[in-house]
Amino acid sequence: MNIQFIETGQVLTIKLRGELDHHSADEARVLIDEKIKNEKYNKLVIDLKGLDFIDSSGIGFVIGRYKVIRKRNGVIEIINAGKKVRKILDMSGIGKIIKIK
Amino acid sequence: MHNNYVYIKIPSLSVNESFARAAVAAFCSSLNPTMSEISDIKTAVSEAVTNAVVHAYENEIGEIEIQCRIKGQVVEIIVEDFGCGIADVEKAREPLFTTRPELERSGMGFSVMESFMDELVVLSEKDVGTKVILRKKISEKKQKTLNEEFDDEKSEDD
Repeated sequence: MNIQFIETGQVLTIKLRGELDHHSADEARVLIDEKIKNEKYNKLVIDLKGLDFIDSSGIGFVIGRYKVIRKRNGVIEIINAGKKVRKILDMSGIGKIIKIK
Repeated sequence: MHNNYVYIKIPSLSVNESFARAAVAAFCSSLNPTMSEISDIKTAVSEAVTNAVVHAYENEIGEIEIQCRIKGQVVEIIVEDFGCGIADVEKAREPLFTTRPELERSGMGFSVMESFMDELVVLSEKDVGTKVILRKKISEKKQKTLNEEFDDEKSEDD
């Protein structure tokens, strides 16, 4: 799992590459939560372009970050999900609370 | 034709989740599955193995056994642990049910296995362990030209 952060003002884009499962989500959670402790970010954009695999642990991870950012009235958005990744996102119904572009 | 099979035994370390799904996917390749069939199998195996890592052996490392068998066009994968067992299997299979919300578990594992495979059987006994049986029929393909295969992969990748 490779994570890249791009800051644009109050927007933090998180590019995830590789495989997002229970093992890698535990690592990613620590890194990302440390970064978004900085309260200036009010929008998280999760870029899944480089993601080859996701399972329900990955969904739990995204919902977890949504809860963190919502506490400060921020928003979260998912972009560039490929077909395989999209299948799980759609199944989870996560689109009801998070914008998927 | 002789039925092919493989047995894998791993400790319940989370780092093995990716190994387990990749190994099962590699074993299934003799059936010439599509990218989407392989992706479904990998996801279902990942869910079953993660359940064993997170729930079966909560504060210890135990063993997980994976048996994979090819019967005709059907792949059968059995993921077995010898951990705490599931108190109420019916409840555990309900969408969004989880015993560990504090760990950011989505409660979707069994729903994913069910919808990505053709068949899911869950057998569990308290303090004995859990056996998850997954089956999926791999579609038979007509011989394709190289150009057709290339087009398929392009559309599945996108």
